[in-house]
Amino acid sequence: MEVRNLTCINCPLGCQLTVELENGEVKSVSGYTCKRGDTYARKEVTNPTRIVTSSVKITDAVSKETMVSVKTAQDIPKGKIFDVVKDIKDVTVKAPVYIGDVIKADVAGTGVDMIATRTVI
Amino acid sequence: MEKYNIVIIGGGPAGLAAAASAYDAGERSILILERDVKLGGILNQCIHNGFGLHTFKEELTGPEYAQRYIDQVLERKIEYRLNTMVMDISPEKVVTAMNKSDGMFQIDAKSVILAMGCRERPRGALNTPGFRPAGIYSAGTAQRLVNIEGYMPGRKVVILGSGDIGLIMARRMTLEGAEVKVVAEIQPYSGGLKRNIVQCLDDYGIPLKLSHTVVDIQGKERVEGVTIAEVGPDMKPIPGTEIHYECDTLLLSVGLLPENELSKQAGVELSRVTSGPVVNESLETSVPGVFACGNVLHVHDLVDYVSEEAAAAGRNAAAFVRGELSGDTSGEIPITFEGGPRYTVPCTLDPKKMTDTLTVRFRVGAVMQDRWVNVFLDDERIVHRRRQIMAPGEMEEVVLKKSQFENHPDLKSILIKVEEA
Amino acid sequence: MYDVVIIGAGVTGSAIARYLSRYQVKACVLEMSEDVCTGTSKANSAIVHAGYDAENGSLMAKYNVEGSVMMPDLAKELDFDYDMCGSLVVCLSEDDRPALVKLYENGVKNGVKDLEIIERDRLLELEPNIADNAVAALWAPTGGIVCPFGLTIAFAENACENGVEFFFNEKVTEIQKTEGGFLVKTENNEYETKTVVNAAGVYSDVFHNEFASKKIHITPRKGEYLLLDHATYGYVTHTVFQLPGKYGKGVLVTPTVHKNTLVGPTATDIEDKEGVNTTQEGLQEVIDKSALALKNVPVRQVITSFAGLRAHEDSHEFVIGEIPEAPGFFDAAGIESPGLSSSPAIGLHVSDMVAEKLGLEKKADFKAERKGIIKAGDLSLEERNELIKKDPAYGQIICRCESVSEGEIIDAIRRPLGAKSLDGVKRRVRAGMGRCQAGFCSPRVMEILSRELDIPLSEITKSGGASKIIVGTVKDSL
Repeated sequence: MEVRNLTCINCPLGCQLTVELENGEVKSVSGYTCKRGDTYARKEVTNPTRIVTSSVKITDAVSKETMVSVKTAQDIPKGKIFDVVKDIKDVTVKAPVYIGDVIKADVAGTGVDMIATRTVI
Repeated sequence: MEKYNIVIIGGGPAGLAAAASAYDAGERSILILERDVKLGGILNQCIHNGFGLHTFKEELTGPEYAQRYIDQVLERKIEYRLNTMVMDISPEKVVTAMNKSDGMFQIDAKSVILAMGCRERPRGALNTPGFRPAGIYSAGTAQRLVNIEGYMPGRKVVILGSGDIGLIMARRMTLEGAEVKVVAEIQPYSGGLKRNIVQCLDDYGIPLKLSHTVVDIQGKERVEGVTIAEVGPDMKPIPGTEIHYECDTLLLSVGLLPENELSKQAGVELSRVTSGPVVNESLETSVPGVFACGNVLHVHDLVDYVSEEAAAAGRNAAAFVRGELSGDTSGEIPITFEGGPRYTVPCTLDPKKMTDTLTVRFRVGAVMQDRWVNVFLDDERIVHRRRQIMAPGEMEEVVLKKSQFENHPDLKSILIKVEEA
Repeated sequence: MYDVVIIGAGVTGSAIARYLSRYQVKACVLEMSEDVCTGTSKANSAIVHAGYDAENGSLMAKYNVEGSVMMPDLAKELDFDYDMCGSLVVCLSEDDRPALVKLYENGVKNGVKDLEIIERDRLLELEPNIADNAVAALWAPTGGIVCPFGLTIAFAENACENGVEFFFNEKVTEIQKTEGGFLVKTENNEYETKTVVNAAGVYSDVFHNEFASKKIHITPRKGEYLLLDHATYGYVTHTVFQLPGKYGKGVLVTPTVHKNTLVGPTATDIEDKEGVNTTQEGLQEVIDKSALALKNVPVRQVITSFAGLRAHEDSHEFVIGEIPEAPGFFDAAGIESPGLSSSPAIGLHVSDMVAEKLGLEKKADFKAERKGIIKAGDLSLEERNELIKKDPAYGQIICRCESVSEGEIIDAIRRPLGAKSLDGVKRRVRAGMGRCQAGFCSPRVMEILSRELDIPLSEITKSGGASKIIVGTVKDSL
């Protein structure tokens, strides 16, 4: 049996989780204070995922701002983080942009959209 | 002179939440003064996620979290002035401020809410030896350059200090194409949240060297290298442990300090531990009618707690304006502590004035494992809670109920005692 | 063909340029850095010494006392920050009293006015934080403090306004004797001139030794300092020295004209003429020594530390005047402490020597007065509103630690010999000089520099050369 110790990243509590694995399968999770910890641990040992945040260029903003912040609408596989960032490298959007607007659909083929996290008019 | 019932200094998360809650408490004469070009404060440049889990039960980025509160202020049509720097607050609560269009102006306020936030400690405060070339930034300055302006302050980065902004910037710089070589932390523990060590350092294979500090900075025009060394228990570098890193950038994330210049001008008494105002259960400072909340009061780990605290300050300021907050301080009982806490906010509590529940927040001075957190009202233990781990980087809280005080009409002492379990 | 080429735009070169500009002259200053006041002149004790210290009969004594006497009127004429706060040399033991008396007598001989030896009770009245073992002090009410950047920039701007040309990023590589004078070569240009003034600070021995048979040797002597927060202002109200020891004046604690407290310097001889790095040992030495004459020096409230290099000549004396073997080549070399205090006198006399050599006539339209940058923070509410009405930029605070407005920064950039870098702005208006050490304002000052100088943000430097602040745009290397 394999035992892995993790720190839950869902909230600032940072619960210390212990996952017991057998042949790659999760047998048990302990140490979490809420359900999210259990879910995180199961995912982290099989298919770890992350939300990616970054920013892209914006033009024509009345506020003269040049960047607008973005995030993946859902978490994406950890191994794809850099693919996601590279995929928005050359993206430039035109103001106005509102919170939640899709900036790049299906970013890096993850099936997840990159959306704006700030309104820039 | 213009008159407002409540003037709020700062339109960041604390100021916005205080404004909305003062409004909801029935107050209509409210003015927010914000020095930046927009509301939202430092959250605008904190584009990473992880905000709002407590408040909104979902994970937001900084700008999204800020927008929720900006919307509350806009919906309530609360007045605010941007690009406006407050220059002075007098003990009589005359606020002197300035901007390009109104010039320098004064406002007579019945109540003032201090919500100016905090600033980063600079290199100078550390006495870090070496040259003083370009390429040394506080983590927050780098955050602004990268996230707001879209510029890279450097390519090869060493970070001193493992505060949350430093950890967050390690990831941000990495994602934007820089190589972060190491994060050095002088303390034997990290000053940041555990989750940030996992998702900002571990995810990208960035080493965290605890009990290490920068002992030399090379490069006359631009940083060319940084030497770090291990420190002993006396925090002094141990000769022979030096490690040299070739880099063009040194980021500093070595602590935050409440920004209380204006508070001092107003005559507000400050705590030597937090550098923030000394406040009572109403978050009122030593100057009657002047309240404080958010990072200007004490540096928080989570913005959710800032919002919660600021809402209380807003309600209390509204009560003060209505004349419902007694100026009688004779019932204030100091909150004392032993066994770990370095300070508490609030510092005193008057059971007559407290709300149904009151959150007392504190930080400990060292990493502690398996402890009981107890609260005693005289000899009666009213809180007994077990904590697996407590760390200086994270805020602790105990919630007190007004009903618990009812059996203690002659209460003399309130003690927060941390004990080994 | 220039009449005069001055090498170095530190306080000495700038002072000489300023006083030279009283004459009808074609003169220029060649400076290796991007701005005036970037070497020894920018990192020192910022003190106007009364003049009791330098050995009677020396050039140091003569120029120091004269410079100190000139300073109050000059501060008004050229509009820079100066305060005659007075200085104290504290004697910590009765055994040392003879040395204190000797210092007093030397000062009297040098012509320093109003010197007095005061006893402990009076000393305690002047400085309540004085050490318990302090027995007496030399009290020099004419001692003062000055803004070294303000002084240097004022000299340079006034010289510029009166026709002296300044060329920056011009490192002198070679000086050739020619028939009519000299050919001064820099990395990029050549300047023909009748005379040369060597005010090259730590490099002044290099140029001197090319022509003089009597060689000099300049050692860069490093001094490390701590600058303390505004909150400490008032901890001392006079410049407090300890009785001088083997390495100059030991560690002093002084208020600054900008309402900080300054502690330092050390004195370490080094090889590197650009070696302005601070060291762990040096900073610790400053902290330790500051505690000798004073109690509870608030060194924990440090906002920055820095090091400067004094141009120490082996003889510990100013080297001033024409080199006999090279007529027309004038030295102002070995200018270490009290160089800042002496600068007006050095400027006056060296310019007169050069003028006499060239037979220059005085200028009828010399403008002796120069107006500095408005200190908007010192204005009344009404005055400030007048100013903002005229120019709204004075209503926008950029540096919040030092309350510096956009208007002041724009003036610092636009005026003659204006700022071209973050440090240039900092030296002129203090943006970035405060307790956050530019963390907050540097991106904003960069934007203003970029706009005013019409250069991309990516070209903005901290202090010229390769000191760029940003190296690219996000994701450009992905």
